Amino acid sequence: MSASPSAVVMGCSAGGMGALRTVLGGLSATFPRPVVVVCHTGSEDVTTFCELLELASTLPVREARERQLMMPGVVHMAPSGYHLLLERGGRFSLSIDERVSFARPAIDVLFDTAASACGKDLIGVLMTGANNDGAAGLRTIRRLGGLAIVQDPADAQASAMPQAALEIAGADHVVPLKGIAPLLNQLCP
Amino acid sequence: MARVEIEDVEVELFMRALQLRHGYDFSRYAPASFKRRVLNLAANAGCRTIIELTDRLLREDELVPQVIAGLSVPVSEMFRNPSVFRVLREDVLPVLASYPVINIWQAGCAFGQEVYSLAILLEEAGLYDRSQIFATDFSDAALVRAQEGIFPAREARSYSENYLAAGGKRSLADYYHARYEFMKFDERLKRNVTFANHNLVCDGVFCEAHLILCRNVLIYFTNTLQDHVLSLFRDSLVRNGFLCLGNRENIDFASAARDFSPVNARERVYRKNADAP
Ligand SMILES: C[S@@+](CC[C@H](N)C(=O)[O-])C[C@H]1O[C@@H](n2cnc3c(N)ncnc32)[C@H](O)[C@@H]1O
Repeated sequence: MSASPSAVVMGCSAGGMGALRTVLGGLSATFPRPVVVVCHTGSEDVTTFCELLELASTLPVREARERQLMMPGVVHMAPSGYHLLLERGGRFSLSIDERVSFARPAIDVLFDTAASACGKDLIGVLMTGANNDGAAGLRTIRRLGGLAIVQDPADAQASAMPQAALEIAGADHVVPLKGIAPLLNQLCP
Repeated sequence: MARVEIEDVEVELFMRALQLRHGYDFSRYAPASFKRRVLNLAANAGCRTIIELTDRLLREDELVPQVIAGLSVPVSEMFRNPSVFRVLREDVLPVLASYPVINIWQAGCAFGQEVYSLAILLEEAGLYDRSQIFATDFSDAALVRAQEGIFPAREARSYSENYLAAGGKRSLADYYHARYEFMKFDERLKRNVTFANHNLVCDGVFCEAHLILCRNVLIYFTNTLQDHVLSLFRDSLVRNGFLCLGNRENIDFASAARDFSPVNARERVYRKNADAP
């Protein structure tokens, strides 16, 4: 059996653009893992969204393409209108199945499939948002041995999503936005 | 850890049972979304585990259509990604207009939203009366719905917006009757449509087509099955025939992609090469 791939998956919604700018801007330029992101509010025009984020990010930010391998040190953004899934070998696939928690792309779909693909070599990060997408996915990540980081709801622009995550999944780390990138740099040297 | 490993075993057994007992082969579907569908199916059928669903599947033949309907997930829209339909209207139909008869194969037609979209496009281009649309899917339940041409009225607004963005010349409401919470598309739009069951996994060439539309179906297939179906499309197309795929599809890993060249790569519109076999 080949080793499972390792990755960081992130989810956010309302207020997500600002949160991502802070987190991606704080990651080390030699960050060793792929970063895969679902942001509900950013995906309408994903090309522009990636360009805007790249201005703030130390790492390249690209739209995730189906069948492609995720790459270490690259931020992969879910395209608009599709669920983004991670397959076992670390390749992406897309689906237009029904919305999950009113969203497509849904954070839960990425988190669940990434948990199966990466097992304990996965870190899930859930940040600001006004719904409860991602909570169930984060629970799967923890159940399969991965690590959960949740933005402190008191610090989030919209607190519902991190709050729901804490209730449903719990977390290994609860930190304010500014603390997320330093923590990731430390966890993934 | 144990829990999910068990689920993966269960999915495998479910897939084998469906193949051995009922002849449906899902072994070359992309595993992650297939698993999600099977889990949903089991939950919707009131089964506690996938094994329980598999057990019923083996003994209750009448469950098969429901299982296929559940695995098919026919999510669609009219004029989805309007810019694609604009390209069809402006760049593809004028070429097709030179043929005395135009055959269009729409593979994976779901509930028919794209069939009616195409029929309207052809009607407005003045080509419909010499066109034949073959609309196929492997789910009989989806085909029945597609033939009815009835959609929830709450979709009317987004369908109309898509239609106009696709360069529609009239008002979408000219093509349907609104009744209570439904809209029913004009029967006349179906006059040159043939609905038929066709499974892309195991069925052969369906017709000699000038245009094949197969959007958001191959995304569910592994590379080998995607390649197989692209070969099938190549063999079904006339010389220089057109192929239109979904907006985010990637055919870089299929060797049959060599036999096609992009007409508009962004919108995933291709043409079969003149020298393709
Ligand atoms: C997501 S829908 C796409 C609908 C539409 N083309 C669109 O893009 O809006 C996928 C459709 O492909 C059909 N499908 C899946 N596997 C198939 C197969 N092996 N043969 C034929 N149709 C298949 C499903 O039943 C479903 O209706």
